[in-house]
Amino acid sequence: MAEFRYTKEHEYIKVDGDTGVVGITDYAQGQLGDVVFVELPPVGKQVAKGAEAAVVESVKAASEVYAPVSGEIVAVNDELEAAPAAVNQDPAGRGWFLKIKIRDRAELDGLMDEAAYQDYLATIS
Amino acid sequence: MAPCSTTWDPMAESLRSSELPLKTTPLHALHVKLGARLVPFAGYHMPVQYPTGIIAEHLHTRRRAGLFDVSHMGQAVLSGPQAARRLERLVPGDLQGLAQGRIRYTQFLDADGNILDDLMVTRLVASLDGRDTEQLFLVVNAARKADDFAHLREHLPDLDLAILEDHALLALQGPVAAEVLARHLAGVADMPFMSMRTIGAGHSRIHVSRSGYTGEDGFEVSIPAAEGVALAERLLDEPEVKPIGLGARDTLRLEAGLCLYGHDIDRTTTPVEAALSWSIGRRRRIEGGFPGDERVRLQLDHGPPRLRIGLRLEGRAPAREGTDIATVEGVIVGKVTSGGFGPSVDGSIAMGYVDAAHANVGTRLHLMVRGKALPAIVASLPFVPTRHFRGKPA
Repeated sequence: MAEFRYTKEHEYIKVDGDTGVVGITDYAQGQLGDVVFVELPPVGKQVAKGAEAAVVESVKAASEVYAPVSGEIVAVNDELEAAPAAVNQDPAGRGWFLKIKIRDRAELDGLMDEAAYQDYLATIS
Repeated sequence: MAPCSTTWDPMAESLRSSELPLKTTPLHALHVKLGARLVPFAGYHMPVQYPTGIIAEHLHTRRRAGLFDVSHMGQAVLSGPQAARRLERLVPGDLQGLAQGRIRYTQFLDADGNILDDLMVTRLVASLDGRDTEQLFLVVNAARKADDFAHLREHLPDLDLAILEDHALLALQGPVAAEVLARHLAGVADMPFMSMRTIGAGHSRIHVSRSGYTGEDGFEVSIPAAEGVALAERLLDEPEVKPIGLGARDTLRLEAGLCLYGHDIDRTTTPVEAALSWSIGRRRRIEGGFPGDERVRLQLDHGPPRLRIGLRLEGRAPAREGTDIATVEGVIVGKVTSGGFGPSVDGSIAMGYVDAAHANVGTRLHLMVRGKALPAIVASLPFVPTRHFRGKPA
């Protein structure tokens, strides 16, 4: 059963077994505005938790997307090249960025669950 | 997710740099009611977008009509004997030859011929009371208006400068702007491009110009604040009109190849380098009589050492202000001054300066974004054909 976890920087990781699908949250896409380009990492790259994993370009500016956990990039969403607006339209579904093979499950414990993330959003909105 | 440090939003200003509270335009309450996202810009709360979003606002303007609040810009009337001839001492444009009701785009230059600001000058009245008192209507950039007005007062102390503090400035731009505005203001449909009509008299004068910053047909309306709010609301009630924020204003002007002061033109650029030589009056080239005229003439005669160009990127990744421009061999020959995604072009575009040898249309260059060399081609400006009003068919 896939479970969502969230970072304070508004990335999500949808955990399914030992991999997780990573993207940005609905709040993040709303803040960014229209997404025009996503720079994705190469498949096979090792990323550390908190390190830059991708760059998302909106009309106005570029923003870094950080890896919620450490691990290996096992897949990236090639469809974003032709359809970057998927990040705005369906950030938790078609707008996914990449899949990470999770190196250390303990790192998930430091992330917020759905309820905690919603509470967090209430404090910053 | 966090903004990349070197590519933060060029449109927004840091609140840290401004100790004073932000000003608001007469339309502020309307922006809030419409759900605008407000950002600091030139000391004002300004809408960067509405819930529609920048891309949709941009496309709507080119398809139908967009209404912009640009009341933050500086508006003033300069009047006095031979006002046009005297203002020519500060700008390279031909103002003496400007007919009544006509508008000229020009720049304030410094002693080196570099640009202090760009502005629109309209001859309101050729002479008053049979004497040679003239009236000129000026529109200057918001971020420069305090400096510009001080500049005018310092150098033209014998002329009267009346700043229109209580006027809104609305822009209605797009292919149906004329049809829509004609429902509310008389006599606008046949106005030539770069002309102005004044409606009413005294303090409630409305100045309507057929001009804009989008490349589309459109109008700018200088109007007392309360009437401006009422006109904006009536225009927004029209089915063809949507409110448009500064975000789309920026993408529209970039596609039109138009300069943004502080980015594409500034105190390090002359009008010749900026590819604005067309705005220097023919008589002015010969006679001079404006700051930096010798250097400008040298550049006109021999060509400037560098030139503002348009760039079309091959891929979809944008290249923004500050991006290095290199030859395909890797030699840095310039820098991007404006760049991003063009919704009508449906691709990434930029403007910047390169050494003159690399400025020809069709030259292949590399834009260095996050350590990657993005291929690009020098493109002619504008990126999107302009659709200024050309008058009725003969």
